[in-house]
Amino acid sequence: MLIRKPADLRYSDVTPRQVYVNRRRFLAGSLAFGALAGVAQAGMKLSDVRKTSYNVGEDKLTPLEAITHYNNFYEFGTDKGDPAENSRNFRTSPWTLKVEGEVAKPKTFDLDGLLKIAPLEERIYRHRCTERWSIVVPWIGFPLATLLKQVEPTPKAKYVAFETYFDAKQMPRARWGGIEFPYVEGLRLDEAMHPLALLAVGLYGETLPNQDGAPIRLVVPWKYGYKSAKSLVKIRLVEKQPPTTWNLAAPNEYGFYSNVNPKVDHPRWSQAKERRLGELFNRDTLMFNGYSEVASLYAGMDLHKYY
Amino acid sequence: MVVFAACLIPFLLLAWPFYKLLTTGNAPELTANPVEYITHDTGTWTIRFLLITLCVTPLRRILKQPKLVRYRRMLGLFAFFYVCLHFMTWFVLDKSFSLSDMWADVVKRRFITVGMLGFVLLLPLAITSTAGWVRRLGFAKWQRLHRLIYFAGLAGVIHYMWLVKSDERLPLMYGAMLAVLMVYRFFMWNAPSKRAVSRPTAASVTTPRTASLPD
Repeated sequence: MLIRKPADLRYSDVTPRQVYVNRRRFLAGSLAFGALAGVAQAGMKLSDVRKTSYNVGEDKLTPLEAITHYNNFYEFGTDKGDPAENSRNFRTSPWTLKVEGEVAKPKTFDLDGLLKIAPLEERIYRHRCTERWSIVVPWIGFPLATLLKQVEPTPKAKYVAFETYFDAKQMPRARWGGIEFPYVEGLRLDEAMHPLALLAVGLYGETLPNQDGAPIRLVVPWKYGYKSAKSLVKIRLVEKQPPTTWNLAAPNEYGFYSNVNPKVDHPRWSQAKERRLGELFNRDTLMFNGYSEVASLYAGMDLHKYY
Repeated sequence: MVVFAACLIPFLLLAWPFYKLLTTGNAPELTANPVEYITHDTGTWTIRFLLITLCVTPLRRILKQPKLVRYRRMLGLFAFFYVCLHFMTWFVLDKSFSLSDMWADVVKRRFITVGMLGFVLLLPLAITSTAGWVRRLGFAKWQRLHRLIYFAGLAGVIHYMWLVKSDERLPLMYGAMLAVLMVYRFFMWNAPSKRAVSRPTAASVTTPRTASLPD
């Protein structure tokens, strides 16, 4: 069972009916097109998805409408509504994801290959943005560790660097983003190998909407949202700590680790509380966003220094 | 009356969806994060009304429409109205009425410090906006006091600038507008021929509300 209460909650219960019905109509069309072209498109039903015990207790799922119309995806504009508007014609096919660097077996995946790397599973995660809002998302994907094991990291591999898609032609609004593109992110290898670290290819039972990082994105639920890079094109195992986009833009505000931590403030605002989308008042932010099982990764580290 | 109604439109566009949100739980107009939207929208309208208020003096000279001055007080008070909404949204929905939380933010966060400064600067202007206060203070003093609006506008722009993460286009745009309005004043004040008009001496002010030109 996904959520303890109420039993058998269906997606249609949380998604506004209007949106839901329209999506079906839209899907009927795109499915036909997808079948002809033989490729995965945003918003396609994903089958054979295993349910898992990863959930968030009594917290409600954030409606699909909010998850798809309140996004930070600066390549498509800096306003929260911009990505939904400007990513409509974003081409996610053909797509390749290269996995390379300090590995014994570098690999390149195409769109169909991405869906077959590992059995797909659904995980309900909290997602906490550094801007003090949060959502609860039923992601579909597979552990990042599964992919990393397949390429066999060499002993030199200490970090994992992620690079996301960038094309100024498809993303003309990126020039106003105020950050460097392509967007890059990174994890320590042990963080990347943690069972919670997910590569997501879908949410709410379907392939990822473009504005949420189609066709494949990283999800690291114990870190601030910007660590979970979208629309990945390259994963590179490296020896030294790789550069990360927000850290380059404002090093005093965004560190490499960026673990959700209510005790370490952003220089310009407190991180002690957050607003769950759909709620009027703030709620307390939890250490590691409630994922205390990752604490051992940071044993002995001063998290004020390594923010 | 028409101007008054127009100035209320931004408020109604927030108030009606907010009422719907509280009663039905659904108001797509306010986005998925209504509190943030209301905070940003009321803040933006505060800056806009400050700039519109500062446009009155240049416009009445350029268009030779001295009567425009009668809208100025109302426009300024609308800036104050929106800043009050902005402040209350933050104080009630973000700080949950906690004065100590509020004070901690004011002291620690520079964008809040400067925003609060702008708000505080507008308080005496709102209080002394009546004809009675113009008389009580004397026009010259009253006019000097009301020049605080320049600093309130500057505080508002800096507050916005320090808040945004990386895309600074909007705060820069408002900053540029404020700069243009201030540069205009600088030249007016320093233009010898207009000096008598723009800097009325206390003696020349006999009927302040119609004849004088406070900036």
